Formats: sequence, structure tokens, C-alpha cells
Amino acid sequence: MATKNRQKWEPRTGERAIIHHKRASRIREGAIHLALFLCGILSIFTTLGIVAVLVIETVEFFKEVSILGFLTDTQWTPLFVDKHFGIMPLVCGTLLTSLIAMLVALPIGLLCAVYLSEYAPERVRHVLKPVLEVLAGIPTVVYGYFALLFVTPLLQGLIPSMSGFNALSPGIVMGIMILPIISSLSEDAIFAVPQSLREAAYAMGSTKLQVSFLVVIPAAFSGITASFLLGISRAIGETMIVAIAAGQQPRLTPNPLVPIETMTAYIVQVSLGDTPTGTLEYRTIFAVGMMLFLSTFLVNIVSLWLRRRFREVYL
Amino acid sequence: MKGLYHIEHRKMPTRRRRGRRGEWIFQSMAFVALVFTIAVLVVLLVDVFRDGVLRLNWQFLTSFPSRKPELAGILAALVGSACLITLTALFAFPLGVGAAIYLEEYARKNWLSRVIEVNIANLAGVPSIIYGLLGLELFVRMMRMDRSLLAGACTMALLVLPIIIISSREAIRAVPVSIREASYAVGATRWQTIRYQVLPLAFPGILTGTILAFSRAIGETAPLITIGALTYVAFLPTGLFSPFTALPIQIFNWVSRPQKGFLTNAAAAIIVLLIVLLLMNAVAIWLRNRYQKKLY
Repeated sequence: MATKNRQKWEPRTGERAIIHHKRASRIREGAIHLALFLCGILSIFTTLGIVAVLVIETVEFFKEVSILGFLTDTQWTPLFVDKHFGIMPLVCGTLLTSLIAMLVALPIGLLCAVYLSEYAPERVRHVLKPVLEVLAGIPTVVYGYFALLFVTPLLQGLIPSMSGFNALSPGIVMGIMILPIISSLSEDAIFAVPQSLREAAYAMGSTKLQVSFLVVIPAAFSGITASFLLGISRAIGETMIVAIAAGQQPRLTPNPLVPIETMTAYIVQVSLGDTPTGTLEYRTIFAVGMMLFLSTFLVNIVSLWLRRRFREVYL
Repeated sequence: MKGLYHIEHRKMPTRRRRGRRGEWIFQSMAFVALVFTIAVLVVLLVDVFRDGVLRLNWQFLTSFPSRKPELAGILAALVGSACLITLTALFAFPLGVGAAIYLEEYARKNWLSRVIEVNIANLAGVPSIIYGLLGLELFVRMMRMDRSLLAGACTMALLVLPIIIISSREAIRAVPVSIREASYAVGATRWQTIRYQVLPLAFPGILTGTILAFSRAIGETAPLITIGALTYVAFLPTGLFSPFTALPIQIFNWVSRPQKGFLTNAAAAIIVLLIVLLLMNAVAIWLRNRYQKKLY
């Protein structure tokens, strides 16, 4: 085949060759441009796909269940005979575990970030950065295992009334999972604060602590807040830790010692069962997913806006 | 912003000792935080290792799941994970790098590229289980892929795409403009410049980011559960449309059982998963170190 072509091929010469070459290359360039554009635009279709899927199924869901009942009913029992579709218990479970996670991740993450960027000698940085990276890379099932089989028994030793499934233990472990996100993003924000601000404060006789807390942290505030928000959105969307260690009992309670169920864990619970597609039970996971998507979306947008702001101010 | 430059007089140290005490308190708090973080990691690893290392043997790696924990193994899960990640890479790598090239080299600064950019940042923050719901409707039901390896890989590809795009963009952006200008100056077209100058230089960075993205995908469980990957699979995947299981799903399944033996199995499977992740990360770091110096 190749030799045949070669025999037929005559070298184009002079102007014709250049024109031919130019046309071919313009077509090729255009085709490549188009292909790459399609790759770029795919992400928009992904978002549209997510929104479409959630909206379609949620609309079907609300044809059978009233929105008011969905938002105000205090019981969530779609898999029982006596069906109630009140999302509040699931939202409550999600908020409870997320709150505990943030109580762990926020102070420790911020301390680590300030210490790493303002204080730590190179040696400490060299140890701690990889540790944080490893913590961030551990799969969430592994954290789930750790919460259920290590942290819960440990806490039960301290609080004997605690149930085997509870919100406290997965909350704490989730906090540890989120910690690297908060500390590394906060550190980026702190790093972006110009050195001149620090020097000005030192020149006025401030101590290192004062520079860190009265100058650097306020200056990096929007970036630090953005990292907290991102952490919150991670906590809301986290699935495996709570599915493994928090239980499967939707319950409207602020008590962190009893089994609860989060929105994500409910989706897992239904997915593991044999719920036939197209039924009301099947649609509940999309309604819950919609709620989940909206809440994380909102938090993410604010976080993104804040991060953009701190970049514009200093870079 | 005005207040930043201005330090209130009240807060200035009147006595040096007070400042020093504050310093000491902060430093010790930070120290406790650091020790806590490192301790958690060590305890987690030691706990898993202690629980599972005795269960780890050749039989465990080469057996199918079983009702008896001591006969069960992770063969199906391990092969499933390998197939899944290979397929995901086949889909996500070209698409992700393509999108990154488009955004860095072609896109003009207009509303569309801004929308794409914000959208990608947003997608990176969407919980993975939502991708599972998308995969369930789009791939499993509408495209009738059923609960197959292909559906799983497509879902995973969409999940890792934003991460790949973001890290590839950074790698491409790091290539100096002067190299592109030199290429244009000798008459190369835009694609020739990208293909022969930009991509070779950016490739190690792209590869590192991609490997890290896939090491995240290997541990991802929630979307696979949502699209209905099976938890009990006693056969190896035979093709694109074959049902499958994956390592994290197997772990989840074992953790959810009450018997002690299965919990031990879960710990052993976690060790295998962590070793796989460690290897992938080591390759990424090795690539980074090896090519970083050569570039500039």
C-alpha cells in the first residue's frame, strides 16, 4: 500500500505546493482547535447533566410528595410502611457531623498553617508537609474503618453511654480528613501576604505573634475563610466515613452519641438495596442528592469568590 | 483593608514579658496540634497494620470472596480496580489534557472561557456521590450500559476530569512564553508549537498531576456504590459490559459485617490499597524529581 502510494505521488513544486500545504495545515489546525474546544466544553455538559438529572427526578418526586412536607416533616421513613418524607433528620445528621468535623479541623488546621508559614524551621516543614499530604491522600473508606474500629471503641472507654454507631467518632475522623485541605489552602493564603506588610509591623516593634495574628491573618482572611468553606463543603459531601460509622437511623437530635444518618449515607443505603428504578423510593435519593448538591454548590461558590478576591488583592 | 496597615496602640506590648508568654502559649499550642496530626497518622497506620498484616498472604490475594472469612480473598476486587482505573485513564487523560490545552493555548479571554473556568473549579468541589447519581441516570439507565465496568469508568472519568484539567493547566502554564515565541518565529503553526514544544516540556508535570488524580480515583467508593457496582463478585471481569467490584467496595462490604474475620479481611485489604496508593505516589514523585531539573 505504502509503495503504491509512493509511485503515484508526484512532488508538487513551487507555488502549488505552498498553497496545498497551507490549505491542509489550515484544515488540520481548525480540526484540532475544534476537538480541543469540545474537550473544554465537556465540563459544562457535565454540570448541565448533573443539574438535569437531579431536577428531572426531583420534579417527579415532588409530584407525589409536597415540598412543604419535605422541608418541615420531622421524620424520614421512606423505606417503611408508614412513609414520611421530612428531610430535616438527614440535614440534621449532616450538620451535626460536619460541625464536629469543623470543630476539629478548624483550630488545628489554622494553627498548623500559621506555624508552618510563619514559625516552622525547614526541618519541621520537611516532616509535616508530607504527613499532611499523606493524610489528604488516604481513601475515605480507610478513615471509615478507623472511625468505626478504633476511634469509637476508644471514645466508648471515655463515655460508656455512647452507642456503637454515633455522630461523634465519624465527625472527629472527618475533621482529621479535612485538616490538610484547610491547612494547605490557608497556608497558600498566608503565603500570598506581601512580605512588606510583615516588615512594616516588625519595624514598629511588634512581636512575631502580633505580626501573625494582627497583621498576617487579617490580611489573609478572605483566603482563610475560603479554605474553611471548602472544608465545610467537603464535610457535607463526605460519604464513606459516615456511611460506615454513623449508623442508618435518621434522627432529629443534637446528641452526638446516638446513631444518626446523613444525606450521603442515605443515598448509599438505598443504593445498596434492591430498590427498583422509577419508584418513589428510588427518587428519594435524587431529591436528597439535590439538597446535597445545592448546599455544597452554595458554599463552593462563596469560597471560590473569596479565593479569587485574595488573589486579586495581592498577586 | 485600611486597618491592616495600622496596628492599634492598645495591642502593642507594654511589657516584653507578656509578649513572650503569649509567644510561648502559641508555640506550645501549635506544637500540640502538630504532634496530634502526626500521631493520628501513625496510629491509623499502625492500627490497620496490626489488624490486618497477619491475614495478608498469597491465598488472600488470589481468592474470590467467600462466605467464610478465612477463605475469602480480593482477586476480583483487585482486578476490577485495575481494569476500572485503566479504562478511566483512557477516557479522562486525553479529554482532560485536551481541555487544559484549549483553556491555556486557544481560549480567548471572554465570557465563555470564564464560564468554563468557574465551572471546572465548581465541579472539583461537587461531592463524589453526586457524580454517582449522574452516572446512575446517564450511563446505567439512559445509555443502557447497566451496572458495568464501562459505566463505572465513565463515571470515574467525569469525576477526575476537573482535577486533571486543573493540574495540567498549571503544568502548561509553567512553560515559558519565550519557547512558544521561538517556535512561531521559525514558522511553526499553533498546533505544531503545542505538539513539539509545549507538550514535551509540560508532560512530566501533566503526568504527575494525572497520577495523583488517579490515585484519588482508586480509593473512591461512593460513586461506584451509587451506580451499583456489586459487592459480591466471584468472577473476573470478562469485558466492558461485565459487572465488577473494586477494592474499596470490597473493603466497605467487609467493614459492614459483624463477624471479626471479615473485619480482619478489611484491614488486610486496606493494607493492599495503601500499598497501591504508595506505589502510585512514589512514581509521581519520582517523575517530578527526574524531569524537573532537566527542564530549565
